[in-house]
Amino acid sequence: MQTDGINPKISRMANQIAMFMESKPEAEGIEGLSSHINDFWEPRMRRQFFQLIDAGGEGLRPLVIKASEKIRRPDPA
Amino acid sequence: MKDFIIPAPMFSDRDMGTPASKSKTQVTLEIDGFEVTVPEGTSIMRAAAELGITVPKLCATDSIDAFGSCRLCLVEIEGRNGTPASCTTPVAPGIRVKTQTGKLKQLRKGVMELYISDHPLDCLTCGANGDCELQDMAGAVGLRDVRYEAEANHFLAKNTSGEANIDWLPKDDSNPYFSYDPSKCIVCNRCVRACEEVQGTFALTIEGRGFESRIHAGVKDDSFLASDCVSCGACVQACPTATLIEKSVLEIGTPDKSVVTTCAYCGVGCQFKAEMRGDELVRMVPYKHGKANRGHSCVKGRFAYGYASHKDRILNPMIRDSINDPWQEVSWTEAMDFAASRMKAIQEKYGRQSVGVITSSRCTNEETYLVQKLTRAVFQNNNTDTCARVCHSPTGYGLGQTFGTSAGTQDFDSVEAADVILVIGANPHSGHPVFASRMKKRLRKGAKLIVVDPRRTESVEGPHYRAKHHLALKPGTNVAVVTALAHVIVTEGLYNEEFIRTRCDWDEFQDYMEFVADPRHSPEAIEMLTGVPAAEVRGAARLYATGGNAAIYYGLGVTEHSQGSTTVIGIANLAMLTGNIGRPGVGVNPLRGQNNVQGSCDMGSFPHELPGYRHVKNPEVRAIYETLWDVKIDPEPGLRIPNMLDAAVEGTFKGLYCQGEDILQSDPDTHHVASGLAAMECVIVHDLFLNETANYAHVFFPGSSFLEKDGTFTNAERRINMVRKVMAPKQGYADWEITQMFANRMLEDQGRAKWGYTHPAQIMEEIAMTTPSFAGVSYEKIETMGSVQWPVNDKAPEGTPLVHVDGFVRGKGKFIRTEYVATDEKTGPKFPLLLTTGRILSQYNVGAQTRRTDNTAWHPEDLLEIHPHDAENRGIRNGDWVRLASRAGVTSLRADITDKVSPGVVYTTFHHPDTQANVITTDFSDWATNCPEYKVTAVQVSPSNGPSDWQEEYNAQATLSRRILPAAE
Repeated sequence: MQTDGINPKISRMANQIAMFMESKPEAEGIEGLSSHINDFWEPRMRRQFFQLIDAGGEGLRPLVIKASEKIRRPDPA
Repeated sequence: MKDFIIPAPMFSDRDMGTPASKSKTQVTLEIDGFEVTVPEGTSIMRAAAELGITVPKLCATDSIDAFGSCRLCLVEIEGRNGTPASCTTPVAPGIRVKTQTGKLKQLRKGVMELYISDHPLDCLTCGANGDCELQDMAGAVGLRDVRYEAEANHFLAKNTSGEANIDWLPKDDSNPYFSYDPSKCIVCNRCVRACEEVQGTFALTIEGRGFESRIHAGVKDDSFLASDCVSCGACVQACPTATLIEKSVLEIGTPDKSVVTTCAYCGVGCQFKAEMRGDELVRMVPYKHGKANRGHSCVKGRFAYGYASHKDRILNPMIRDSINDPWQEVSWTEAMDFAASRMKAIQEKYGRQSVGVITSSRCTNEETYLVQKLTRAVFQNNNTDTCARVCHSPTGYGLGQTFGTSAGTQDFDSVEAADVILVIGANPHSGHPVFASRMKKRLRKGAKLIVVDPRRTESVEGPHYRAKHHLALKPGTNVAVVTALAHVIVTEGLYNEEFIRTRCDWDEFQDYMEFVADPRHSPEAIEMLTGVPAAEVRGAARLYATGGNAAIYYGLGVTEHSQGSTTVIGIANLAMLTGNIGRPGVGVNPLRGQNNVQGSCDMGSFPHELPGYRHVKNPEVRAIYETLWDVKIDPEPGLRIPNMLDAAVEGTFKGLYCQGEDILQSDPDTHHVASGLAAMECVIVHDLFLNETANYAHVFFPGSSFLEKDGTFTNAERRINMVRKVMAPKQGYADWEITQMFANRMLEDQGRAKWGYTHPAQIMEEIAMTTPSFAGVSYEKIETMGSVQWPVNDKAPEGTPLVHVDGFVRGKGKFIRTEYVATDEKTGPKFPLLLTTGRILSQYNVGAQTRRTDNTAWHPEDLLEIHPHDAENRGIRNGDWVRLASRAGVTSLRADITDKVSPGVVYTTFHHPDTQANVITTDFSDWATNCPEYKVTAVQVSPSNGPSDWQEEYNAQATLSRRILPAAE
């Protein structure tokens, strides 16, 4: 999967949210992270996010990878 | 001016002579044979005024304490000797007072005769003619003759032999807005007391004694401008003669009517009387029944309104094909056709999600509501955001999570009951001056102050106040400091267990306690990191927890960080831990930047929320608008401002309607903003001026000023204040009409029903109908009550001054862990200093308004504050040009060497486009809201010999871009 052209801020922002959520118990952190992205990230951003995940999620914190299962995958553009 | 006020006031605007007493005990007495009952502590003068009896007076006015110097307000009291001054004599039960007797009449006439003997009798040509209390009093006491010849006097420049009069002083016209003419002064001391009691600056004094007594600003040889005077206007308002008078009154004459309206500057939301002659604004006078300002003002609201009639204002719509072309003036119809066809074409080519809007925090609630409605109902997406994104979005998130509502908890009156005031990341002295004056008044009465700020700001110490603890932390370490404060409160057992047990979730508290009690959060453990001595943190925590009513006021120094939302949560935790929520004198109070930031957030400007903070994912909320607007509301969140710019650079976001917001100057990382704007195919700027963003615009809709339209602003207290039209829009339309015209032009193409608002009151009706927290709001209610604080609904028909009184809006208050995460923006060998940014008293935001007024007398350019140690290392002298560089960009400005900043920290303001501090700031942002990290940028400073290449190129591009071709014949 191609990750060129993905805004590098996407992985940075996901990791930032993870760092806040990591101070919570894991289940709560996963819930917090996934609902945060579901609530605030526009589909274009989530699309890029899933490109990263689908490419193996390199550079993403473990909590982001775990939470990605609960993040809504937008329709392809 | 004999008061003709719009709207007809519910409360008299009359000067009652002395301030109201707050006593609950009532006292009944008799004045001139009439019985009157007033609170204990009321002056006889005020009690008489309650009966409609005006005792003659000169040195008394109801904004300041009685002084008893003019000897005009004498009365007689049965059974008491002498003729006491009614201003300084309090009422007593059963006393009988006479205000008009033969003896009193004679005494008063004698006093007036003495006053007038040393006054120039140039009444007909005097600026205060018709608005002079001395003139009124001469009339009131029946003075018909002056027996004394003014041999020694203060008002003649030369005596009859042509020799200079050493007692005569020339006018001081140094202040751009008001004039001081010593020859007309009666030394009543009102100005001095207003400066002390109301404003708290203590810039004025009386120099000399007896006949030598003169009002003086600052120290010897100071003029008004050179002194500490902050030009708030309190002295001018207090002056009973023409000694201190607005230059606009001298030039235009006295006003003939006044209209009560709301200031369009900061989030304090002061009410003013716009005093008019015809449709010309003569002056703005703070309205004493304004509940946010209680009759006070600052230099911006009081005087800096000239931008509304500045020559730079654009009065015709303009279009151009490319941003390299000059502007072409066109008719409104042509502008609408052009804009609508471009937006339509973009959506057809790139999809529904390729356009969006930015609503303005300077416009009214009604206008903001329409702009978000434009994107949701006409563009049919959720791409709407507002400048709150870049200031207080973390407040919305943090307070929403912990308390359940995205707003401050108190009204401004609450500060009068505070015992401890904790100011974090805010400098009210400069940013929220009228609130600062109210806070300083409380501090002078003994409340304790704690300030958390990297700089020693004017709010840390000043006349008769000094912070008990100033935690001068390293920029970017707020979370560590706030968590350490909580650590002390928890580990030293200073928390309020009863409050926590009844009002918060106890299990969540247990979890939070376990987290915060960890020794790694102790003040000692974080000292190296934050630079704050542990003892100071401990002292501050103890004071906050045990000093009585403790209130937190915070600003953008909290929110504009990578961890802005975490700090807001930490602040909410502190208030819950100590039970400082739900009564007067306490609370968590965000100081909002712009006049209507609160309102623009309330009105659904955020891309994930419909009005009233309801997420677009909720079908029942969407249904309300889908039915009303006959459209399908997108259930997915839209783009936030930084995301819009990213998407623009990536090529999927192509069109923007930006109302009253200058993102190129105000948003971080200017280069990135510029590339985003340059990549768009249609940028519509709706503004008063060709702002910096307009350099990249294709359509310009000229906007109307706050003086030219009706509507409402909501201030930091959630107070909905009325904005009233005092003159016709100079460019033909109020801003809400322009948005409606544009929406209707697009709806026409879509073959859909048009909007048909004919007055903003109808827009408010729609807001009330669809938004539960505004359910009880109407123009009628605001007119009757003067203002109203949301929520306004069946439970609180008169609004809600304090929220979370019996329980939190979300139910139980929620404690959340606040782990400190250092920002990635770190100093290193290349960029060894930390830059933080802020504002100054005389300028506002990006300066678009204040730079176009005489406020530039105080702040003509942005300066870089640098510590003497850092300056010396670099060979920088005061006033030198320096080069300021970060990884994002380079600019140049002049250095101001000061120890207000610590070594390692530099500071500047962002009011001037020539310096553009935001070329330097980076694209890092808050983890939860993308609020930019303006307050921390790693920089290097070096000597320079003038503006950078970038600044010169920018100015050249701006000049080219601002060319306007004359309209086609």
